[in-house]
Amino acid sequence: MTVEQIIFIITGLFTLGSAFMVVTTQKLIQAALWLVSALFGVTILYAILQADFLAVVQVVVYIGAIAVLFIFAVMLTRKELRDQGSQTRSNWWIAALLGALVLAGLVFLIIGEPAFNRMAQAIPAGVDTLRNLGTALVSPDAYVMPFEVASVLLLSALVGAVYIASRKGEEK
Amino acid sequence: MSIPLSWYLILAATLFCIGLFGVLSRRNAIAILLGIELMLNAVNINLVAFWRYRDPAQMAGQVFAVIVFAVAAAEVAVGLALIISVYRRSNTIVADDIDLMKW
Amino acid sequence: MPFLNDPINFIAGWAHRVLTGWGLVDSLATIIIYLIGTTILIVFAMFLDIMLVWVERKVVARFQDRIGPNRIGPFGLIQPFADIIKMVIKEDITPAGADRIVYNIAPVLAASSVIILWAILPLASSIYGVDLNVGLLYIVAAGSLGSLAIIMAGWSSNNKYALLGAFRMVANMISYEIPMVIILLVPTILADTMSIRGITQAQSGMWFAILSPLAFIIFLISAIAELGRSPFDLNEAESEIVSGFNVEYSGMKFGWFYAGELLHAFTFGGFIAVLFFGGYGGFFGLEKIAFFAWLKNPFIQTVVFMAKAMFGYWVIMWIKYSMPRIRIDHMLAFNWKFLTPLALVVLVNTAILSKVLVNLPTWGYAMGMFSSNLVIGFITIEILRAYGRKQRKVEDRLAAQVAQN
Repeated sequence: MTVEQIIFIITGLFTLGSAFMVVTTQKLIQAALWLVSALFGVTILYAILQADFLAVVQVVVYIGAIAVLFIFAVMLTRKELRDQGSQTRSNWWIAALLGALVLAGLVFLIIGEPAFNRMAQAIPAGVDTLRNLGTALVSPDAYVMPFEVASVLLLSALVGAVYIASRKGEEK
Repeated sequence: MSIPLSWYLILAATLFCIGLFGVLSRRNAIAILLGIELMLNAVNINLVAFWRYRDPAQMAGQVFAVIVFAVAAAEVAVGLALIISVYRRSNTIVADDIDLMKW
Repeated sequence: MPFLNDPINFIAGWAHRVLTGWGLVDSLATIIIYLIGTTILIVFAMFLDIMLVWVERKVVARFQDRIGPNRIGPFGLIQPFADIIKMVIKEDITPAGADRIVYNIAPVLAASSVIILWAILPLASSIYGVDLNVGLLYIVAAGSLGSLAIIMAGWSSNNKYALLGAFRMVANMISYEIPMVIILLVPTILADTMSIRGITQAQSGMWFAILSPLAFIIFLISAIAELGRSPFDLNEAESEIVSGFNVEYSGMKFGWFYAGELLHAFTFGGFIAVLFFGGYGGFFGLEKIAFFAWLKNPFIQTVVFMAKAMFGYWVIMWIKYSMPRIRIDHMLAFNWKFLTPLALVVLVNTAILSKVLVNLPTWGYAMGMFSSNLVIGFITIEILRAYGRKQRKVEDRLAAQVAQN
């Protein structure tokens, strides 16, 4: 058991535990906060995988923006400060069965494939992943098209969200 | 350098299934979106693990993950705007009660 | 002599030899040394925080033409310790109906989000926590954790004023992150790297405050808005919204919020020093002369860095104690309608000029960048003046109509 494996197992258990609390807790605000800790666990996984830019962007975008949006939405859509009623449907056991079946199928496929047992090779010394990522995102024979399309998508989401959520003059 | 790729894949699969359980079994519309976020994160872990373990000099895995970040952010913004708008009209966000267009 | 030239590595190597001499495994000894180093850095940051309480009170007193604390200890230096004792012995109240766990974690998270910034702040060329190659984005990430802590505090207090204050504060912080991220790209373009040490080393030719003064000013404004300090402190001032999100906090928990804010202000002073004024390196270019080679000593560099950070902090305090508060809708309008477009214009200008002027010698490059910033500033002020003139004409016409009726 090397130190890396111990860190990975602790991080994995932390992430999965937080995710489990997200989907089972009865208080919605606590579900949003457990999501924050699950996202933080994913950040640590990115750092272990040496994708440093993605780890920091995960904190900025997911925890700093998306999780805050969730908390705002939870606070703005309730009639009083406490939750009402049960938060899970009555047929949750079918969902649990379905999830367990999908998990069993995926794990069977993953274990059965011998090519997935490889270890990571060290990143070659001259490769600067941050610079390569930047070049790949704007170079015409790499990924500039998906990059531009994603920016158009973000613009349309921005305009759409502002329009949908604004009070259209009826209650002003 | 001592963690096999399959560990990351099994972790991502478990996270995906927990998110799937959340989407299928929660009543509140916002809680369903929380489950969707967990599934998107599981997919991202998969992409980055494959990037690292196959060829770190090729950037396709990380670029894909960055685009998934952007799409997830856009989806959450529009989804929560829709939920807030529905709450203003019908004063409920329990997904079963928003059935105006069901037959 | 190796201690004087490279203190941290010398001490770490000595400690490593001692620990492996006691029979510990190599990796375990390394982990223990990292933990001890982290603890020493945090203790240093917290002790600095205590001294900042004294600095703040003395400086505000001088701005307001009085003396400040001078009874306890020489020059009032023991005053912060008296403040801490007062806060610790206060009663620790948790409001009824508050979410206990979230209520207790919020001040700790708020203070931690500031302390983690000290991991990337270089005190000298060989005294730093870690040299991340995404250092600038790490600053924004730590700010995001801070806004999360404020929402947690506002929600868990079970108090409508706290919730309103927390909403406004988080709306403020998120809005002002946009010009800050855009402006943080300007040192990245000028230095060709995002790591803080790389940016400091790239300023050995010319400070970035001279190459791009508009970027410095915009970063200063958005940093002050991020901190939630005056003139942007409508969200947490006692006379405005009853202290906003920290109305229900008493004793040491409030102490954590307060200390975290002061340390955050000083840390941003440090970042202004590093990003725009040469950090630990430049002392007006003196260290290039052979006689002043002792200026490259890590201890002298730490003193230089602390002096520049203290100057940045003093500018932030100066702005706080001289300007009136800005209303929340003016704050957000200022950000979205003025600061963000200006930041985008500065970024595009820097990006284009850094490629066009790349072949000139240093003084030509600096002159080109500086004059382009002056042109942009002049055009901005002219646009603002024209806008103000138009507003005044409209108001005069409205006032004349009201006077007629």
